[in-house]
Amino acid sequence: MKGEHGPLVHELFGRGDYGLISEIVEPGSCVLDLGCGEGELLAWLAEHKDVDARGVEISPVKLQKAIAKGVSAYQGDIETCLADYPDKAFDYVLLSQTLQEIRYPLQVMTDILRVSRRAIVAFPNFGHYSVRLAHLFNGRAPKTKLFPYDWYDSPNIHFLTVDDFEILAARQNWQVERRYFLSGTREVKSLPNLMAEVAVFVVSKR
Amino acid sequence: MVVTTQIKQFESLELESGAVLSPVDVAYETYGTLNASKSNAILIVHAFSGDAHAAGVDAEGHTGWWDNQIGPGKGFDTNKYFVICSNVLGGCKGSTGPSSINPATGQRFAMTFPVITIGDMVTLQKKLIDSLGIKRLLSVAGGSMGGMQVLEWAVRFPESVASAIPIASTARHSAQQIAFNEVARQAIMADPDWANGDYYDKKPPGRGLAVARMVGHITYMSDESMRQKFGRRLREENGIFEVESYLRYRGNQFVDRFDANSYLYITKAMDMFDLANGAQSLVPVLAKSRTRYLIISFTSDWLYPSYQSLEIVSALRRRNQDVAYIELTSNYGHDAFLVEVDEQTELIRGFLARTQKEAGKK
Repeated sequence: MKGEHGPLVHELFGRGDYGLISEIVEPGSCVLDLGCGEGELLAWLAEHKDVDARGVEISPVKLQKAIAKGVSAYQGDIETCLADYPDKAFDYVLLSQTLQEIRYPLQVMTDILRVSRRAIVAFPNFGHYSVRLAHLFNGRAPKTKLFPYDWYDSPNIHFLTVDDFEILAARQNWQVERRYFLSGTREVKSLPNLMAEVAVFVVSKR
Repeated sequence: MVVTTQIKQFESLELESGAVLSPVDVAYETYGTLNASKSNAILIVHAFSGDAHAAGVDAEGHTGWWDNQIGPGKGFDTNKYFVICSNVLGGCKGSTGPSSINPATGQRFAMTFPVITIGDMVTLQKKLIDSLGIKRLLSVAGGSMGGMQVLEWAVRFPESVASAIPIASTARHSAQQIAFNEVARQAIMADPDWANGDYYDKKPPGRGLAVARMVGHITYMSDESMRQKFGRRLREENGIFEVESYLRYRGNQFVDRFDANSYLYITKAMDMFDLANGAQSLVPVLAKSRTRYLIISFTSDWLYPSYQSLEIVSALRRRNQDVAYIELTSNYGHDAFLVEVDEQTELIRGFLARTQKEAGKK
């Protein structure tokens, strides 16, 4: 039941979502990566796409590595850091595999769409069949390749699916400009809510 | 290789107060080589009691105050960059200050020295940079009072600064910082040997200056670093606490190398410094700068607490200016900027490399 037949996705640093982001972002744009980690994506974008690269990271250890790569990153909390920025300060704000970890995702999404022309949001799809099966057969909080944590030490506090995000986008009247669904290194072309491990949405305000 | 402090004299310097110093000397050292396009120069600006001798070893065998960060392969890599450091205006290590001779009278200035500001210090540095034929500095960097000069450079001469590295610093002193400086000043002025500043041919106010320095040293450390360094240990020979002994030693050592009147003038310049010039918000003044920033603070620094750095970071974000900020974990208090080498080296190296790359594109 895997999406073996979809087209291959170019990976960057072993990640399909990074690969997609690296293709979506136009050269010379101004990009803020929320939860930029050690800054490898931003450093790549600065190097190869001449991007004005900014990052936010809460872990001082990762942040230090990001700054050492020449990335303009600072220590901050995703949920509060956006308040300072002027409207439309960025071309893209990236939220990669973090949406499910933040306390108030709707507030953060609203802030992102204020400070940026577009948001690129990547998140693991809790609707993937492996998660459903694990839940159904084990009767326990699912622990899969995608969600490898025990319930008590998982960073994930929201378990959203592809459909959940689509519904929220429709309710909020966001424009989903592009959507990509990934299974491993391949793109999923049908039944994304069931087949996608990771979803990547490019969203803007109407 | 032995480094030597050089002196450059300028015809005059008009101060913010309107007073004119004529002539005016600036003491400076350089490390590394200025490239043909003069685009690899970095100005290091020193903290309150620093001097031009930032790196290398001088003729007396003294190692520079930031030698762990400036040199071949270090954070400010002298294989790549041309590094300049000068003694501040008002200092006592070669640049014109209260202990200099007033050419109009043939006497030392002492308390007739005009009031100076952080802005005046920066203006004198700009003269030095101009005289070296440097149009644009790749970076201006410094900690504590050095950080204030860095910020002043960035807003006063925006076209001349490609990047700025203020460390453990602030855009303006808090009441607490002014309070500690005032205690130090009062300690000096309460010493009868101070004699209204006219002590140059007599006994200097050593006791007052030593006490001032002791207060300073307490504020540069942290509760944690003092517990680790001294605890409640006693010195066997005289039965006093280790911490007492240390402070006395540091205080007395300082008397031999620093001028009490410079202490008064420079601390006053720090206290009066306000990047926003009285305005509440730092946003408009920082918006004048065209500079990438790397701002660093330290967890245990209670003299220049991180909130002061964050205020700058937050103001820069308001206009989406380019800023990297990190609060490094350290137990060393305010001293951390001089002793936490490895982390800062990594940060500075990466930041400068990126700055140079971007400056090359423009």
